[in-house]
Amino acid sequence: MNAPAQPVLEVRNLSKSLGGKLILDDVSLTLNKGELKVLIGPSGGGKSTLLQCVHYLHRPDRGDVFLEGRSAAEMGRRNICAFRQEIGMIFQDFNLFDHLDAENNVAIALRKVKGLAKAAALARARAELDRVGLADKADLFPAQLSGGQKQRVSIARALAMDPKVMLLDEPTSALDPDLIGEVLNVVADLARGGMTMLMATHQIGFARRLTREIIFMENGRIIETGRPDDLLAPASESRAAAFCAKLTELLGH
Amino acid sequence: MSSASFSLSGLLSSFSEAWPTIGYLLGGAGTTCILILAAMLIGLVMGTVMASGQVYGPPWAGRLVDLYVWFFRGVPILVLMFLFHFGLAGLLETAAADLARSDLAARLFGARLNLRPRVSPFVSAVAVLGLCSAAYQSQIFRGAMQSIPVGQFRAALALGMSRRQAVAAVILPQALRLSIPAWSNEYSILLKDSAIAYVVGVSEIMSRFKAVASATHRYLLLYVLAGLLYYLLTAIGVRLLDRLRRRVRTPGLGESDATGY
Repeated sequence: MNAPAQPVLEVRNLSKSLGGKLILDDVSLTLNKGELKVLIGPSGGGKSTLLQCVHYLHRPDRGDVFLEGRSAAEMGRRNICAFRQEIGMIFQDFNLFDHLDAENNVAIALRKVKGLAKAAALARARAELDRVGLADKADLFPAQLSGGQKQRVSIARALAMDPKVMLLDEPTSALDPDLIGEVLNVVADLARGGMTMLMATHQIGFARRLTREIIFMENGRIIETGRPDDLLAPASESRAAAFCAKLTELLGH
Repeated sequence: MSSASFSLSGLLSSFSEAWPTIGYLLGGAGTTCILILAAMLIGLVMGTVMASGQVYGPPWAGRLVDLYVWFFRGVPILVLMFLFHFGLAGLLETAAADLARSDLAARLFGARLNLRPRVSPFVSAVAVLGLCSAAYQSQIFRGAMQSIPVGQFRAALALGMSRRQAVAAVILPQALRLSIPAWSNEYSILLKDSAIAYVVGVSEIMSRFKAVASATHRYLLLYVLAGLLYYLLTAIGVRLLDRLRRRVRTPGLGESDATGY
């Protein structure tokens, strides 16, 4: 009944050491079109490094990343820029450009990277801000926005580049609890709209509702993968379930 | 008992004697202004490039900049001025004259040129002050660039920008804003260092006031006025830069006042 799965992103055997310590140990995964997969696991387990290696912000020591079949390892410097442009990245601490207002935060890469004229870039930027519910904040600067609004601007900024995949690195971890919902709603909208996404998060409840596959990482390795209901069932005795039970105990959700 | 040169009538007669030279004296201020504007511009362009190389470039670029800064920090401007104008400038002139007479010139211009290019004192002074200021400005910009969170650089790369684009579009616009207060300090230092241009024969403030003082023997008056003129130029420049700082300030940033505790 399903169309044959089309892999958009394939991660093969990625390994990465930083400062002599093995951070990623032979990690492989596949994202099919329209899939949302969720990375969970303890801090320092390699989730962020994995996402940054997939994006080639860190060059992996071994392994390769394929975007629609094209190998990142074989790309030159210039092509890596084009490769990155097709993969949206959302950071834990937003990383908005502090000197630009919301619409110019979204427009600047459209102008510099895609070569759009200023008016066209700003029009697109406003459309993307509207999509994340911030049409009325277009001319505010990052310092004038709440954390949740900043993260939504950063999502608009990534979406404007028409990415084939979005990588989200704990997009709500730096937010006050009352601001988490607005960001998760935007992510949920994207998932329903068919965006292919790989998301690291501690929002287990959110992950259960939206994903069909949870990937549990620890010590740089993928330890377990599975459907949330199987993996996180209290009776499953999985490491992931134990980890989530601990989170729930601490945070109470 | 009372010495004539310290009395009011003496001062007044000093004024009336020096007055006809006022146009000549103020013209020196014009030369000084052009001199330091040119030097600051050289420093700005070179300093920006050097700081970018040091913070976001390859390791060898950082070491090269360190070496450059170490040299210009370590040698007095007076020495550099003599070294350049009486040493290097002569070599440059000979090299340029040789080049004009060379086969290359014959091919480019169709004839061997018999030129005797001269490096003027003004050009020497601009070069020395500019190269020197570049060393100091590069360290101003470096500090400012390092204070911009590296995450913003990473986010720019993530959107598909090249490293150069990310520095130019994201890091520098913020770093330059942050640099304005330190830059205004650099302006006031460079302005006063520019008096050294007098020693190689640039006809700037110091040289003209000295000439008039020697001719009229009104040393006290003229050097007090020279000092005041430098003070005035400093005050105007610093004020203009502060106005610039406020104009380009990013809304919501740097507005916090430290009055509460």
